[in-house]
Amino acid sequence: MKKTKIEEINRNIYNIKNKDEYDYKIKKGLTPEIIEEISNQKHDPEWMREFRQKALQVYNKLELPTWGPDLSELDMNEIATYVRPKSKLNNSWEDVPEDIKNTFDKLGIPEAEKTSLSGVGAQYDSEVVYHSMREELIKQGVIYTDMETAIKEYEDIVKKHFMKCVPVNDHKFVALHGAVWSGGSFVYVPKGVKVDIPLQSYFRLNSPESGQFEHTLIIVEEGASLHFIEGCSAPKYNKINLHAGCVELYVKDNAYLRYSTIENWSKNMLNLNTKKAIVGKNAKMEWVSGSFGSKISMLYPMSILNGEGAKTEFTGISFAGKGQNLDNGFKVVHNAKDTSSLVNAKSISKNGGKCTYRSQVKIMENAKNSKSSVSCESLMLDDISISDTIPTNEIRTDDVEFSHEAKIGKISDKTIFYLMSRGLSEEDAKAMIVRGFAHPIAKELPVEYAVEMNNLINLELEGAIG
Amino acid sequence: MSEKLLEIKNLYVTTEKKEILKGINLKINKGEIHVIMGPNGSGKTTTANAILNNPIYKKEKGSIEFNSEDITNLKTDEIARKGIFMSFQQPEEIPGITITNFLKYAKNKTTRKPVKVFEFRDELKKYMEELKMDSKNMERSLNVGFSGGEKKKNEILQMLVLNPKLAILDETDSGLDVDAIKTVSKGIEMFKNDENAVIIITHNTKILHSLKVDFVHILVNGKIVKTGTQELAKEIEENGYSKYIEKEC
Repeated sequence: MKKTKIEEINRNIYNIKNKDEYDYKIKKGLTPEIIEEISNQKHDPEWMREFRQKALQVYNKLELPTWGPDLSELDMNEIATYVRPKSKLNNSWEDVPEDIKNTFDKLGIPEAEKTSLSGVGAQYDSEVVYHSMREELIKQGVIYTDMETAIKEYEDIVKKHFMKCVPVNDHKFVALHGAVWSGGSFVYVPKGVKVDIPLQSYFRLNSPESGQFEHTLIIVEEGASLHFIEGCSAPKYNKINLHAGCVELYVKDNAYLRYSTIENWSKNMLNLNTKKAIVGKNAKMEWVSGSFGSKISMLYPMSILNGEGAKTEFTGISFAGKGQNLDNGFKVVHNAKDTSSLVNAKSISKNGGKCTYRSQVKIMENAKNSKSSVSCESLMLDDISISDTIPTNEIRTDDVEFSHEAKIGKISDKTIFYLMSRGLSEEDAKAMIVRGFAHPIAKELPVEYAVEMNNLINLELEGAIG
Repeated sequence: MSEKLLEIKNLYVTTEKKEILKGINLKINKGEIHVIMGPNGSGKTTTANAILNNPIYKKEKGSIEFNSEDITNLKTDEIARKGIFMSFQQPEEIPGITITNFLKYAKNKTTRKPVKVFEFRDELKKYMEELKMDSKNMERSLNVGFSGGEKKKNEILQMLVLNPKLAILDETDSGLDVDAIKTVSKGIEMFKNDENAVIIITHNTKILHSLKVDFVHILVNGKIVKTGTQELAKEIEENGYSKYIEKEC
């Protein structure tokens, strides 16, 4: 395995606040005029202008979800939905403005690009400021670009897929996304092409009282394969920031897609993200997800197994500290025979943090001979933290193998004593237990990200004990 | 004149408000092997836990000195870093942490020196061979899914790797078959030298057959009622503890 040197990270990296400088920041609030202004700013084609206005109407009709965390503190009149950074799209880091480049430097993105990625996209506030991919992939017909360029250059493909996997009326924040979306990545992998080295997009929200609404659209054609990594972070402000991205993944017959995410939003962020994959015949969709930051997170990636023999796996971990309510989970629809899903979800809560695992497994009448296995495990580091599991299972055929297992645990004093008797301090002992707990997830991540995740865990734990 | 390593003076310990140890006195010199025997519930495990200052055992009176330093109220990890090790009756399971990584980390903490990766692996491999452990276990999670015997051998492995000044073996022999007991004895022999010491807690004398023991203490109802040599263990093997229990009444 290739080794990559990782610098020790600290919270300061994520907290770098650049001055709120921008080329253009739209008025706060949501009106048809504001949406029109976004279209003007972005030079939308006509169909997209209409699309945004319709989405806004849907948004206004839909109610806030009431079954999950309380979202009443979100006031859309206080959020600027579009902030254009002081930078155009570049394909060389040299051309990215100094302060923005420094931020990504400290997050290690250009370094990772050199050593372990075959393409990188970097978004700052509402627009992508850097995009690049290795020459050999371009030659094979792989497309990796920002959504704005994609709409111009690959309009037919985008129009055919855009918000078809995740329809605008899915829920209120998808409708919001449809109205104000900006930035994000477009990936197209042609039939039979295997992209062996991952592509990564990194989303950074710098501007206070604003929202990030990037749109990620990935199409992996028949027999092709791809590993895509998404990273997110933001510095901490006192006011609420909003992230309502949308990820649409099309995994065609016999194709393979792994989608890995490390979300490390600051703790004033409401993360109301929507991710969905449509999986074809004998294709495989793997989700790997680490959710660390944000004040409230509602994130339930979904696989729709539409083709016979389609498979999906979800491996995820959430870590909630003080004041955090992470309501995460996974959804799967088995919609063809011989399909299978495997879920391994873990959560850690400490210092009064709350983690909920909310899942949905739907096995339709036609999904004969399907298998679904769900395991979720939570670890609470103290008596004031909360952990909950809310599974919904809908199984409409008898010919299935289904299992659901939930475990909730605490770190025992005996275990801590055992480790302390080997010379580990109480903090080291707890950190080791948590690292071990998270290991099954960490080992699914590329090594650099596994290290980052371990560092994030250590950071979170420092806060718990210090 | 041998040098004093550990001294327990007039130690009283309670747990869950119950008095367990009622005035223990014990002196251990470098180079010695001591055996503590006694019936169930007499306070053997409490003595071991008290030395490592397990917070669920409360010291009411008395003191513990190690290398002429008062360690009575030090934290468990500080005591461990001074060079005291305990082999647990029921070792804990740590999912997701391999034996290799665990021991590398613990050795680094106890020696406060960086551990050289390859040297360390070779050392670990050598010890595992001596203890008849499958070297594939190096990459298994610590104690997870191990049999009782494997867990006990793993404790001895940890003792060899961490190389403490004083090793307390709390019923390491219990539940082991004859061959495994021999392996454990071999581990103790490998560990033992003139500079360190061992306390073997047991209520079984099998493990003592192949080891040269300096002192045997009989612990009954929270007190050491008799101290002798290897001969005393033989006597217990033949007659049991009844003589000493009666004496208490």
